[in-house]
Parts: sequence; C-alpha cells; structure tokens
Amino acid sequence: MFKKRPPPEEERRVRANDREYNEKFQYASNCIMTSKYNVITFLPVNLFEQFQEVANTYFLFLLILQLIPQISSLSWFTTIVPLVLVLSITAVKDATDDYFRHKSDNQVNNRQSQVVIHGSLQKEKWMNVRVGDVIKLENNQFVAADLLLLSSSEPHSLCYIETAELDGETNMKVRQSLSVTAELGDPNNLASFNGEVVCEPPNNKLDRFCGLLYWRETKYPLSNQNMLLRGCVLRNTEYCYGLVIFAGPDTKLMQNSGRTKFKRTSIDRLMNTLVLWIFCFLVCMGVILAVGNAVWEVEVGSRFHSFLAWDLPVDNFLFSAFLSFWSYVIILNTVVPISLYVSVEVIRLGHSYFINWDRQMYCPQCNTAAEARTTTLNEELGQVEYIFSDKTGTLTQNIMSFNKCSISGRAYGEVIDPMAGQPKRLDFSSFNPLADPDFCFYDNSLLESVKLGDPHSHEFFRLLSLCHTVMSEEKKEGELVYKAQSPDEGALVTAARNFGFMFRSRTPGTVTVTELGRPVTYTLLAILDFNNIRKRMSVIVRNPEGRIRLYCKGADTLLFERLHPCNHHLMNVTTDHLNEYAGDGLRTLVLAYRDLSEEQWEEWAENHRQADMSTDCRDDRLAATYEHIEQDMMLLGATAIEDKLQEGVPETIAILSLANIKIWVLTGDKQETAVNIGYSCKMLTDDMTEVFIISGYTVQRVREELRRARERMMDIRGGAEDTGGGRDLPSGGEKQQQCPPPPAPPSSTTLDSISGEFALVINGHSLAHALEADMEGEFVWTACACRAVICCRVTPLQKAQVVELIKKHKKAVTLAIGDGANDVSMIKTAHIGVGISGQEGIQAVLASDYSFSQFRFLQRLLLVHGRWSYLRMCRFLCYFFYKNFAFTMVHFWFGFFCGFSAQTVYDQYFITLYNIVYTSLPVLAMGIFDQDVPEQRSLEYPKLYEPGQLNLLFNKREFFICIAQGIYTSVVLFCVPYAIFSQATQGTGEPLADYQTFAVTTATALVIVVSVQIALDTGYWTVINHFFVWGSLCIFFSIMVAMHSQTLFSIFPQQFHFIGSAQCTLVQPLVWLTITLATVICILPVLAFRFLKLDLKPQLSDTVRYTQLVRQKKRKPAGRCMGGVRGGAVGVAEGRLGARGGSRRSGYAFAHQEGFGELITSGKNMRLSSLALANFASRHSSSWIDTLRKKKHSTTHPPQSASGESSPAPSYVSGSAPPLSNSSSLLGGSQDTPPEDGTRTPPVTLPQMAPGPHINTAPASVQVLSAGILTPTSVRSAGGDSSSGWTLSLGAVQEALIGWRGVAARISGTSSPGLPPNPRKQTTQCEMERQTDGT
Amino acid sequence: MGKTKDNPGPLSRRPDNSAFKQQRLPAWSPMLTANSVLPFFYIMAVVCVLLGVWLLITVQNTHQLKLDYTQAGSCNICFEKRKVRANANQDCKCTVVLNIGNTFKGDVFFYYGLMNFHQNLRQYMDSRDDAQMMGRTANLKNPSAYCKPYITDDHGLPIAPCGAVANSMFNDSFKLTYHSAEGSPDVHVPLFRKGISWYTDKNVKFRNPKINNETLTQVFEGTARPPYWQKPVYNLDPLDPNNNGFTNEDLIVWMREAAFPNFKKLYGVLNRASKPFTEGLPPGNYTIEISYNFPVEYFQGRKEVIISTISWFGGQNNFLPIAYLVTGCLVLLLAIILTVFWWKFGKNGQNMEE
Repeated sequence: MFKKRPPPEEERRVRANDREYNEKFQYASNCIMTSKYNVITFLPVNLFEQFQEVANTYFLFLLILQLIPQISSLSWFTTIVPLVLVLSITAVKDATDDYFRHKSDNQVNNRQSQVVIHGSLQKEKWMNVRVGDVIKLENNQFVAADLLLLSSSEPHSLCYIETAELDGETNMKVRQSLSVTAELGDPNNLASFNGEVVCEPPNNKLDRFCGLLYWRETKYPLSNQNMLLRGCVLRNTEYCYGLVIFAGPDTKLMQNSGRTKFKRTSIDRLMNTLVLWIFCFLVCMGVILAVGNAVWEVEVGSRFHSFLAWDLPVDNFLFSAFLSFWSYVIILNTVVPISLYVSVEVIRLGHSYFINWDRQMYCPQCNTAAEARTTTLNEELGQVEYIFSDKTGTLTQNIMSFNKCSISGRAYGEVIDPMAGQPKRLDFSSFNPLADPDFCFYDNSLLESVKLGDPHSHEFFRLLSLCHTVMSEEKKEGELVYKAQSPDEGALVTAARNFGFMFRSRTPGTVTVTELGRPVTYTLLAILDFNNIRKRMSVIVRNPEGRIRLYCKGADTLLFERLHPCNHHLMNVTTDHLNEYAGDGLRTLVLAYRDLSEEQWEEWAENHRQADMSTDCRDDRLAATYEHIEQDMMLLGATAIEDKLQEGVPETIAILSLANIKIWVLTGDKQETAVNIGYSCKMLTDDMTEVFIISGYTVQRVREELRRARERMMDIRGGAEDTGGGRDLPSGGEKQQQCPPPPAPPSSTTLDSISGEFALVINGHSLAHALEADMEGEFVWTACACRAVICCRVTPLQKAQVVELIKKHKKAVTLAIGDGANDVSMIKTAHIGVGISGQEGIQAVLASDYSFSQFRFLQRLLLVHGRWSYLRMCRFLCYFFYKNFAFTMVHFWFGFFCGFSAQTVYDQYFITLYNIVYTSLPVLAMGIFDQDVPEQRSLEYPKLYEPGQLNLLFNKREFFICIAQGIYTSVVLFCVPYAIFSQATQGTGEPLADYQTFAVTTATALVIVVSVQIALDTGYWTVINHFFVWGSLCIFFSIMVAMHSQTLFSIFPQQFHFIGSAQCTLVQPLVWLTITLATVICILPVLAFRFLKLDLKPQLSDTVRYTQLVRQKKRKPAGRCMGGVRGGAVGVAEGRLGARGGSRRSGYAFAHQEGFGELITSGKNMRLSSLALANFASRHSSSWIDTLRKKKHSTTHPPQSASGESSPAPSYVSGSAPPLSNSSSLLGGSQDTPPEDGTRTPPVTLPQMAPGPHINTAPASVQVLSAGILTPTSVRSAGGDSSSGWTLSLGAVQEALIGWRGVAARISGTSSPGLPPNPRKQTTQCEMERQTDGT
Repeated sequence: MGKTKDNPGPLSRRPDNSAFKQQRLPAWSPMLTANSVLPFFYIMAVVCVLLGVWLLITVQNTHQLKLDYTQAGSCNICFEKRKVRANANQDCKCTVVLNIGNTFKGDVFFYYGLMNFHQNLRQYMDSRDDAQMMGRTANLKNPSAYCKPYITDDHGLPIAPCGAVANSMFNDSFKLTYHSAEGSPDVHVPLFRKGISWYTDKNVKFRNPKINNETLTQVFEGTARPPYWQKPVYNLDPLDPNNNGFTNEDLIVWMREAAFPNFKKLYGVLNRASKPFTEGLPPGNYTIEISYNFPVEYFQGRKEVIISTISWFGGQNNFLPIAYLVTGCLVLLLAIILTVFWWKFGKNGQNMEE
C-alpha cells in the first residue's frame, strides 16, 4: 500500500512467458484494491481521517480546553461523551463499508482464470495473473486483463467480444489475432512463445492501442483490433488465448473508471458554511463577553476581589478577560453541538433504509430491491435539476422485438383494442415446432395469411430469412441459436423463423432455409453489405428453380427512390403505415425485391468483380455497382421493430419533466438510434419547434452549428418575447395552456409557449469540440435552453465531462443514471449516481450511490424519497439550529449578570444531556418520519418538487430566521424567569432567586418550549412521534429528579450538588406560572406567523395538504380532483399509442456494422466443418479485416451519396455519416438556410427524395387532406420543413395541447386524448395552481 | 443493507409490507387552519387576562416593607468602621427605625437583602466543598481543591467550612422590637430562626460530621474557622446548640447561592405564638437593632431588610400579574389582527375549500 510508486512509464515492454524479465519493470499486478483499510491500519488511519473533519478536530480542541481548570466552565464529559459516540459510530460505518469493498474486491480478484505455465493450463486466481502471462479464456467469460489476442478457436483466429461493460454497446465486435500468432494453437506452442511487446504506457483510450510485437526477429504492428480489454465478455468463441499486456489498475477499464470522489450534498456544504459562520458568531460573542469581563473586572470585580480574594491573578483584568473568552467558547460551543453531525447521519441512514425497504421500488422479475449504497446523499435527491441517462439498458431493455409489419399494403400487428386488456399472445408451437418460444406477436391475421399461402407474406418472410448476415448455430436438432451482429437483425430473422421461414444454416455460397417445413437451399450469389451511407443491404440469391432475385431491406427514404414506378400506390399506403410506426417510436425498415435475369446478373457480377479487384477507390466503385443493381425494385412491405423501452419510461420522463428536471441522454449509440429512442420515450416529440443536430467534425463547424441553433432560438424567442420570460418558467406557459384565466387563450400565446420547445442532438466528435474551454459556455447555454438533449457516440469520459460541465456552469444538482461500465465515470462525477442493477454488469452499481432495477423507479426515488428527505432534512436543520440557539444564548444573557464569569445557567448534566437525550429523539423522529403530503400526491403534483431545486426550504435566509427565533426564545427564557424570580419567594417564604431554582426553571421552560416547537414543526404525527415527544419530556423530568436525588448526592456530593432542587422547585406554582408565561410568549408569535404565512402565501404543498384534509373531513372518495397517478400513466400510455407523429424515423438505424457481409462470403467465420461442405470460392480471399481497417482509417472519401455527405468520420465507421446536416441545400431552398432547418423533422429527411419522386409523398398527404382527416401528421408532412414558417392549424395546436404538454392535464384526469382541453372542465389542480400562482 | 432472508425464493428480497417500512404509519397531520388557530388565540388571550387579574388581586393583598440600612441612621458609623479591614473584629451595633402602617396579616417573613453582591460568579460558586459539608469525616480535614484559596489558614489548619462562599457568609444579625402606640413596653418580636431552609438542605446536604459521640467542638478540633468569621462553625448559634456546625440554618441559607447580584435571603419567620403577633405584625413603630458586621463598601454593595407577607404563590411580585395581563392583551390583539387578515386576505378559507 505504501510502496513507492515507480516513475511514470514511457513505454511498456512485455515479454511473453517470462515473468522474471517482466518483474524488472514492476508492473501493477492484476489485483484490484478499492478498499482503504486493513485490520491493523484501520484504527489509526480511520481516526486520522476522521480528525481531518473540521468538526471533529474542533471538538477535540474543545475537549483539550476543558481540561484546563482555569477556563473549564464545563466538565470534560460534556464534550467527550458525544465525541466518542460520534467517532465510534463513524468508525463502525467506515469499517462496514470497507468490509463490503474487501468482499467485492476479493470476489473479483478470486475469479478463476487459466494461465499457460510450462505448456500446461493451470488455474490461477485473477489477482495472480501477471503481465506477460498467456491466459486462456472461454466463452462467456469476462476478460481478466487487457490482453493481446494470440489465437482462438475460431477460424482465422477471430474472436467475438461484447463490450457492454466498456462502452455500453451490446452488439458483438470482432477481434483478430496476428496471423503469425494465430498458428500457436495449443498450450505447448504458446508456452514457448517468447515474443516481446513494446507498446504505449497505460492510458484510458478505449479505442486505441499501438504497439509492436517483436518475435523471431520480425516486427509486427499491433492495433486495437488485436486487443481484448478487461471488462469485455467473450461471446460465440469457444476459447481464445491472450497475452496479458496491462493488468489490474493499468487496464483501460480501470483507467477509465475515474477517481472516487467523496460526495457531499449541497446541504452539507451549506451546513459547513453555516457552521463556520456560527463559529465566527461564537468568537464574536466570546469577544463581547471577554470585553464585558474586562470592564466588569475593572469596575466591579476588582473591588469584589479586594473583599474576597480568590485564586485568580485578579490584578490583571486583561488576563481575566482572556480566560473568560475561552471559557465562553467552551460554554457557547453548544450552538453547534457535535450531535448535529450524528443526527444528520442517523436521519440519512433512516432515509436510506426507507429506500431499501420500498416495495414499490422492488422489481419482482429480477428480485432486486432498490438499494441506497451511499447513505449521505439522500436529501440531494430532492434537489435534482439535471438527469443524465444512459440509453442502452437504462431507458431501453436492449431487446428488439418484431412488433408490426406492413405487407403489400396491409398492416399487421396492430393490437385492435388496447382497452381490452392483455391481448392473447400467439402460440406458434403448434404451427411451427421450431419456433422460438420467446417470440411474442399478437396479431393472428398475419399467421392466418401465411397459413393461407399468401404469396406476399411468403415473399416477405423469405426475404427476412435470406437477407441478413446472421450466423446460425444448431447444436442439437431444432435448437437453433442465432448469432446476430445487431439485435435488430436477430429480431427480424427470429420473426421469419416463427412464421415458418426458418433460416437454418449458411455456407459462404449458400443459405438454407426451412420454408414451412420444407428445406430449401438458395445459392447466395452476393451480399451487398450494409453501410451507413447506403442504409440498406441486399442479397442476391438463386433459388433452387434457378431464378435469381435480389432482396433488399433498408431505410424507407433510400429504398423508395429505388422502387419501380408501378409501386406507386403501394408506396403511399406503406408510407402511411411507416408514419404510424414512426409515431409509435418503432424502428422501421422497408423490404423490396427485384427479379434479375441471368444476363443482368452476369453483367453486374462482372462489373462487381472489376470494382472489387480495383485498387484505387475500391469502395467508391463498389458502391456504384451496388447502386446500379438496386434499382426498379418491387416493394414488399415494411417492418417495425420495437427497441423495447423499459417499463414506464415515457411516463417517468414526462413526470420528471413536469417536475422541472431536465433530462439528457448520453449514449454511446449512433445518432439515429439515440434519436429514435428519444422519440419513443417522448423526450423528443413532433411538436417540438426544432431539433438541432450538431454533428460537425471541426471546431469551426461545431461553433457555427451552435451559433445557428442559438440564433434560431433567439428568432423564435423574439416572437415570443411578449409573453415574458417563458423560458425560465416553463410552468408559466403551461399554466396558461391548461387553465387560462382569460378563457380561450389567443392562439399566439399557445404558439409562443410551444415555440419554446427545442431539442439538441449532438454527436460525440462534435461534443469533443464543444467541450473545449472556449466553446463550453456557448454549448451550455444552447443545451440548457433546450428541453431535451441527446448526446450520441460519446465515450465514457465524455459523459463525465458533460456532467462536469453542467456542474461547473449551472451550479445545479446532477444525477447520472446508467447500467454499464461505460457509465461509471459519469456516475462517479455526478452529484448522485444511480446504477441500474439486475443486468449483467455490476460495475455501474458498484460505483453508484443508489441502485435499482428499473428506470421508472427514478420518479419515486426523486419525487417521493428525495423530496421527503430534503424536506425532512431542512426541517430538521431549521429546528436544530433553533433549539441550540435557544439553549445556548441564555448563557450569553446570563453573562451580563454574573460578571461575565462564564457561569452556566444550567446544571452541567443538563448541558450534556440536552442535545443527546432531552431533545434529540423528537427531532430525529421528525427528521425521519415527517411527511408534508402523502406519497401519491407528490407523484401527482410534480411541481411539489420545485422548492428543492430552488433550495427554498433551507438556505441562508431560513437559517437566519431560525437563528433569530432561537435568540428570541433565549431572551424570553432568560428574562421572564429573571424578572419574576428576582423578587419572588416560594410559598414557604424562601426566596426563589437562588441559582439552582433558576437553573431548573429555565431548563424546564426550555425543554417545554422546544418540545412545543417540535410539535408545531411536526407535520405527520405517527405513534413514534408521539412516543418520542412525550417520552422526551418524561425522560427529562425523570432524569432531572434522579440527578437531584439524595442517593446520587450521597455518593458523589461534589458532582450532584443540585440535590433536591427539582423536587423543591417543581412543586412551586410560581415556577409553573413562569414556565407557562415563557412558553406562551415564545410560541404564540411563531404560531401567528406560521398561520399568516399559510393563510396569505400558501405553498403548493400546503394547498395540497389542505385539500387532503378537507377531503378527509368530507370523506369523499378520492379521485374527483386527481385521477391518481395510475390514471395519469394510462393517459400517457394512451397518448403514446394514439399519437401519430409526423416524422418518419426509419431506418437501418440499428447498431450495425459494415463488413459482416464480406465476412460471410469470404467464409472466414464459418467453421471448418461447414467449410468442407461448401464450395468455397477463394476469390474473396483478400483479408476482409484489412478492408475493414482500411475503411476505418482511410482518409479517402466514401462515395458521394445523394445526401451530399462529404465529411466522413475518421474513426467511426458506423457513426460517420449522419447525412442530415447538409440536406437543406436540396430542400429547394436557399443555400443559406442553416442545416438545422432541414432537420427539424429529425433524421430522416424528406429532402432525400427531392431529386425525383418528390411527388410521391406530396400526393399522399394531399390525399389525406382532401379526405378530410385533418391530422397533425398530415399537416406536418404536408408542411414539410418548418423554416419557411409555421403551418399551424387547429390540428397542430390541438396536438400540441394533448401531446407532451398535455401530460399534466391528463394526469389530472379529465382531458381525453383527441379533445382540446376544455377550460371549463379544468380540475382542482388547475384552480389551485392558479391560486397559488395568483398570489 | 437491509436484512436479506436466507431462503432463495423468487421474491426473497422483497421488502416487507409493513406500514412502518413503507412509511404508511397511521398518522395525524394537523394543519394550522383558521378553525383551530383563531379560537386557540382567543382562548389563550382570555386565559392570560383572567390569570393576570386574579394574580393582581392576590398580589394587592400582600404587604412588603423594604429598608436599606447600609448607611441609614446610626448605621453610618458602622459603615465607616467596616471600611477598614483592621476593625473587622470590633463589634458595631446600630439601630434603624421603621413604621408599619397596616397589619401584616398572616405569616410574616424577615429577609436580609444584598445588592451588588455576586454570588453567581463561577469561581465563587465553585469555591466550596459539599463533601465536607455533608459531614464526611474524611473530607473534614482534607478539603477539596475547589475551596482555593480558603483551604487552610495561615497555620496550615484546614478550614471548615472551606471555600469562598462560606467565608463570605453574611453575618449581620437583627433584633426587632415593636413599639406599641400606647406607651406599653416595647415588645421583642420573636422570630423563628430555624425552619428557614430547604428540607433537603437541612437534612441531606448539610450534615455535621459524627465521630464516636464526640461533641461538635471536639469534632471540629484541628480545623480553623474561615478567616472572615468571628465565631467558629460549632458556635454559630450560641442560643441553640442544635443549630450549630454545618447544619446552622443561616449557613445553609447562605450556601444556597443567589442567581443574581441583587438578592434577598430569609432571616427569620415571625413567631405568632404570643400576642400581639398572633395575627401577624401589628401596625406601629419598630426598631431594628443591627449587629453590623458585613462589610459592603468594598464592592459598593447595599444591605437591606425586607419584611413581607406572602400569598399562595409567594411574596409580593408585581411583575407576574402585569406580565400576564400584558401578554393576554397582546395575544388578543394578535388574534384580532389574524382574524382580520384571515377574513380579508386569507386564501385558506372559503376559496380554497373547493
């Protein structure tokens, strides 16, 4: 642990199988240690850490002060008891935390791996794996360290990995070893392998590796393509061997995980500031009293001492004042008692347990309950303003399901009646014994049509079973396993399988399909592979009868251009279907085929061969040949795949948005995928004014795009200016929409409030520029003006940077939620990190502060638990400071009467116990159990969340109010007994003004006053509250009586000299009259103030609470005012089904990578057994990997597509070409139009149809229009681009009302989708909101 | 964190559905509505005013007479004399005259009062040894360090009782004489000089050390009297041998330190056994003969005698009833203001009820 760190590496040299050589460099071992202590170091290290806390040191200092008899005005135990308590509680907590860290470290470190030692495989724990070892990995195992792939079980030493833990992408990636090492098949050869790798030092770049392998006097360059990184999982590969290059903390995964920072909540920081202020205040009071002491010594004390000298060097009044200062510091330190920190921790712990115990955050499917892994952040959950969410696994389940399809103009898969409960799932097993039992489809008519032998349906599924790059694996007869490179393709092929067109197997030249139980083998003539520009893929097959047919599937925009003109009508119908699907947030693909004659095929094959052989511009020429053949196709239909969202995601996002929380999606996925998900979870909607897409590759370009976005916003805002500051208060606009005080709002108002809706989509490479120092301000400004922000293609580190940026610029509380290792840095950076548990990886959960298994639990975590925690913590703090000021300041006033001699007012036991016994439990009960409104209400009224974001409940102002109240109370508590007692006597004639009676009376009055105050503050009186409040009072009296009893005095006469005071004092009626008077004077003004505040300026929570109260009284069944959150959710869900968005988001937007087609036709990924059967054409033998690499690093431009995309990504193959930014030039508009204009209807781009068949769409919409169906969709598609002004119709307004923004209305339960909300029908919520805001 | 059950069922980790864990404990959520707050305010106002009036009437029926005798009459000589420390052991007696207009009915209490005497200084208050004074023989000759600097005298003998509090005990004594109007002989006003301290003080806190039937004098042998004292502790009350030592009631009363610099302490209670004092103190002239020992000039203090009757809640105390009256009025005012606000501007009431 304390080993000296070696100097930073400049390069790394690793020799395989040579531990002695490698040990020279002292590379980190593969042992991971995240724990802090061990048994021996625990006590000293932990104490050292604890005393780094200012508060603890302060109390230690006080303790030392108290040991000096001259100034010790209190006994030492008043401090040491709480201090020891605090230190031990914290120590126990730290120890437990560290124990769990040890456990998880051990678990990881003790995973088994197989190391090749002396030619044989030996089991080793992960932690014993060294740099330079050769280890064997098996299928589905986690990679233990960063490895150089040496060889694998698969042909050509390929190996498939899943990098979900690293970057969140779940599609498989291929790695290949160098061909020289690939031959080292078995452990014997590997043991003798002694190559030396020289490479870069450890870094955190996931997609880059460069190094050289020296072996047998030859140099071989190494790239990332040869590396297996820790955290990846080996898939579809039986085994592979790798050489450990980086181990343990040096691995890219660990380098990327960022440092764990100790998170503090803003309340914590505020509290620390306040405590500092209080210390200053303390010093001031000390100084005042010390000066008073000096004056008193000169004026009075010196004379008194001349009468009665005692041990003090009285001749020096300055020294006396100095001592008095310290004495008062000791006495007055109770303004910040140490129990504050303990209580805060206890309350947070309580809140954490409530989170753990919440049944509504328990997921029965994966049997995981929510878990608060950090107990110190709860109240910050009530203040979140920005949520940064990962996509895959967080918003989505990462399950693609074949949801709907349109075959030859007929739509299938529509669930007819969504109200009729769960529709019956089709049972395929009777029809097709080989069907995948997990497949779900509900529309029986499709199955019927297949059974009836509808040729279109057959052709449709035949296409799906042929046109793909899926590999099949049939371990046993009928147990087919598809290895899909993207989940979309898997879903399509599985659908075809279930409908009777089962893809069985493939060889490089054939595809075998079982068509309705009959095996058919097609000759695979060519695969026209997918790429990001083409957005389609085709296969050319020859069926057993010898007919040649091209099957193509791809993005609608591109495919529609290439259809035969006779498809015109079908295309219109399909377009409508596509619009519907897009409106539901489904991913669509269009399917088409073309029959080829033998001559056509021969001719094309020749062209293709030539293009393939060509050395220059091979890609361009290939693309041109592909383009050539994919013409005049016949439309078959369209598929719609659902990227399954997690349950309740759109509803959660809607509610969180209503709570004024901004949600950003940060994903490693492609832009198209991300945008698609944005739509399906309703972050993006079609009624948004504009969706800006930033995808520039250069600094200038990004800057320009940002500037344009900003200008557009300003323009639109400019028009909306007269509504006045609608941006900062979106609630304002909303309110106007929902419950318009002037009936029938003018349409301009509506337009304005809608026009404030922007969204921003930014690409990773642009983000890199936007995050540069000079641009980040602009970026933040622009992004924060948008309601939704989606960042795609971002690296884990960029995610963290974005979070950091918002933290820095907005001073807002951020929450990051994610599920994979790629989210770890973001989770650690954000104020609050939430991990989605129950998935495979646990990295995110381990790094997170809270974990649960469903995204939708977030609303409960924030709106219920967070809000309550914040509320409770604020109330707790207010009360706590109040009670301690009331308690302590009495000493200050007494100082003026006791010659500033630091005499305490109370018995020292009272001082010790006041904070830890007499007043601690009621306030703890309030801090743990208090509720202002029931949990359902806080979900129904997301606006209730706002006080937390604005930090209204506890801030400096509130603090000063509390302090003032405390001081006022202390004045009353001192003055009333003083004024009454100075003359009074007991009923037996003895004077009351003796010190002990005064002390007892004041203490009793204090305890009673603060108890009444806590009773006032408590809003939710459970049995526990009652028990604690009354119990505390009882305990106070019993302890006091006990302390003043004879028994204790007779044992310790020096310590318990208050003997008999309680018994004697508390029987005096005068004492009780005094206490009553003091209580009345203390409490009634507070009561009056609270009443007035509630009466004149009620908060929303007060109103909700009041309504609740009234309703309880009237005993009316609930639900008239609010439909309940369930109703709201249903409403939203209906909206989802019902809304028909205008923009089509088609696409081959899947996580798909180019190159797999080539892989298949080259036969490289076929197993030898299958290869033997195949007539393997070797002409494609040029290494596909080389091509791939060339493509990746090529600087040559990909073929110019119709979209005019001309800026290829240097490093991303798949994400490189969002062909959107330049599309406006084709829009028939001016070249000056900013690119964003064209893209406001997201990615798809009608413009791509511009060159010719533009007519194709227009008539469709005209048709619809003329048919009188005035749907927003049609209006939108007819309207085309919005930059030329808003085609605003009633329909659009209506849609805007019932769409996104209408969620609130729907939650409140009256307005039904399809009807503009009727102001007359507005609900109580509205009216109350008006009342609230009306003030 | 939460307890995980061992059985690995499909829902094994589901949290319990208890009201406590689900935060659904039945609870009372009070709210400050006008219906509850306003009546409360009115009731409080009425209660305070009524209480104030009652207390005021009660207080009016008590009598109190205060006389500052520091420099009054012949005491001025003594006052001057006490300025010089060398005269500390010289006796000085003086007399003051006072007149009582109305009969002080019932029990009459005699107090001495001291002004500007800080019995509440921390160092002063600490300078005592309760263990010694509760009669522990071990502590008798071995006083606690708290007693500094009054632990031992110049000869090294331990002081009993030790400490500054005991040392500074008020040692004036008073003799009250009644001069009845018709020239009848002066009557000495009899006072109970016992029973003036708390029961617990007298019986628990202050005990004389007991060693094998030794007399008090023998017990205290080997200790020194506090330097300012004229008499040793075992001889404080020459008239009553039981009122000596640590259980001397004057000592006990003095040892109960006052909370404020101006205080009074009980000196005696009128013994109403004989005429003319059976009803209380009859009106007329009285003289007080003061044995003037306690020096106050050093700290610019004043001394006074207070004669007072008491009511059920104690002596004459005008502050309490007035405070109640004022508070009651203010609460009433507040209640009216609140009502007006609620009526005129409030949103809590009628318009929120829907």
